[in-house]
Amino acid sequence: MTSPKVSLPELDLHAYVDGRLPEKRREEVETFLAANPQEQERVGVYLQQNNMLHALFDPVLAEPIPPKWQTPNRRWSWRLGPIAAALAWIALGGALGWLLRGEQAGSSGKNVDFARRAAIAHAVYSPEVRHPVEVTAEQEEHLVRWLSKRLGGDLKAPHLVDLGYELVGGRLLPGEQGPVAQFMYQEKNGQRLTLYIKTDASSERETAFRYSQEGTVGVFYWIDHRLSYALSGECGKEELLKVANAVYQKLNP
Amino acid sequence: MDNADGIVAHIPPLRRYARALTGDHAAAEDLVQDTLERAWKRFRLWRRGTNLRAWLFAIMHNVFLNQVKASQSRQDQATDSAEVNLPVTPPQDQRLDLRDLNRALRKLSAEKREVILLIGLEQLSYDEAAKVLGVPVGTVMSRLSRGREDLRLLMNRGSATAQLKVVK
Repeated sequence: MTSPKVSLPELDLHAYVDGRLPEKRREEVETFLAANPQEQERVGVYLQQNNMLHALFDPVLAEPIPPKWQTPNRRWSWRLGPIAAALAWIALGGALGWLLRGEQAGSSGKNVDFARRAAIAHAVYSPEVRHPVEVTAEQEEHLVRWLSKRLGGDLKAPHLVDLGYELVGGRLLPGEQGPVAQFMYQEKNGQRLTLYIKTDASSERETAFRYSQEGTVGVFYWIDHRLSYALSGECGKEELLKVANAVYQKLNP
Repeated sequence: MDNADGIVAHIPPLRRYARALTGDHAAAEDLVQDTLERAWKRFRLWRRGTNLRAWLFAIMHNVFLNQVKASQSRQDQATDSAEVNLPVTPPQDQRLDLRDLNRALRKLSAEKREVILLIGLEQLSYDEAAKVLGVPVGTVMSRLSRGREDLRLLMNRGSATAQLKVVK
């Protein structure tokens, strides 16, 4: 039988705590600890630290693993979803627009901003599956009344069913100088258009249609009866123009 | 498990380690994601027959180091996120102790915390931990020894002043 030693290498105490000692050595350490209450207490604390770490963090092991972690993903789709990609294109367009700003007459710059904001709002909300709008078309009357009140103007949500687009609903958004409204429409195949409306239409009472391509999002925008409109979509310029014309006519019967 | 499924089998422990290391749910999920992203990309480089677990933890160690460096340069390291993320609801009295431990862990240097968690929680051998961290076994042992003692003292002090608000 071995007699208790005066001290043990620190390394052995930790190996004891971690269960990494061979049987014989383990017994020696236990004999030593039995004769050294202070060391025994310290080792007891270390053992408890390990137990508590497991009590604290083992529940994480039971959490379901997200599917995206289970297979190698393509780099871009992992980080940059379609929304982010659309926004990146719009930002790039914005940078180019700024570089080419000399080509544009002064006052139209503001309108280009308006078109870009409309395109961004389109890119953010149109891919939404569960919450594309705040108020759905089922409460159309309430929706239009609410947005009119918040914008301080007489808004209408034109019906575009004859063109194949159904009203999904709408939402209120922050604009540069106050609230902005967005109506969303959807075609049978899921294609969505958004109509973005703000009230502060500066001094211009009316303008012609203008077109701006913001990344993959096309925007027709115009001013009518002191309201600024921007119709955004990814359906191609011709189709968008057809709808923009229809919107204009329905608002001016 | 010498195929890619092997990686998936290691995700739960990697996630547990990340949670313990960062003390923050979102930061831990980011850490796991970045680690897996690298692992999938470099899987061809992993030598079959060698320790896949150590390889994965080594990647996580490197990603974590980069994140620590980045956050230090931003000087916005969160110090009081410790309480927020207790993943469990154990009995009342034990919960206080666990909270103390979690808080004390946040006060350790990242180097000591890594060693304590790799060995005490993930049960890596000392050699494996040395490989993961890229340091000699002797360094692992001294960090382990000092780290456990720091933790013990921090928790003693914690319980003595449990009612006092901890000031940075």
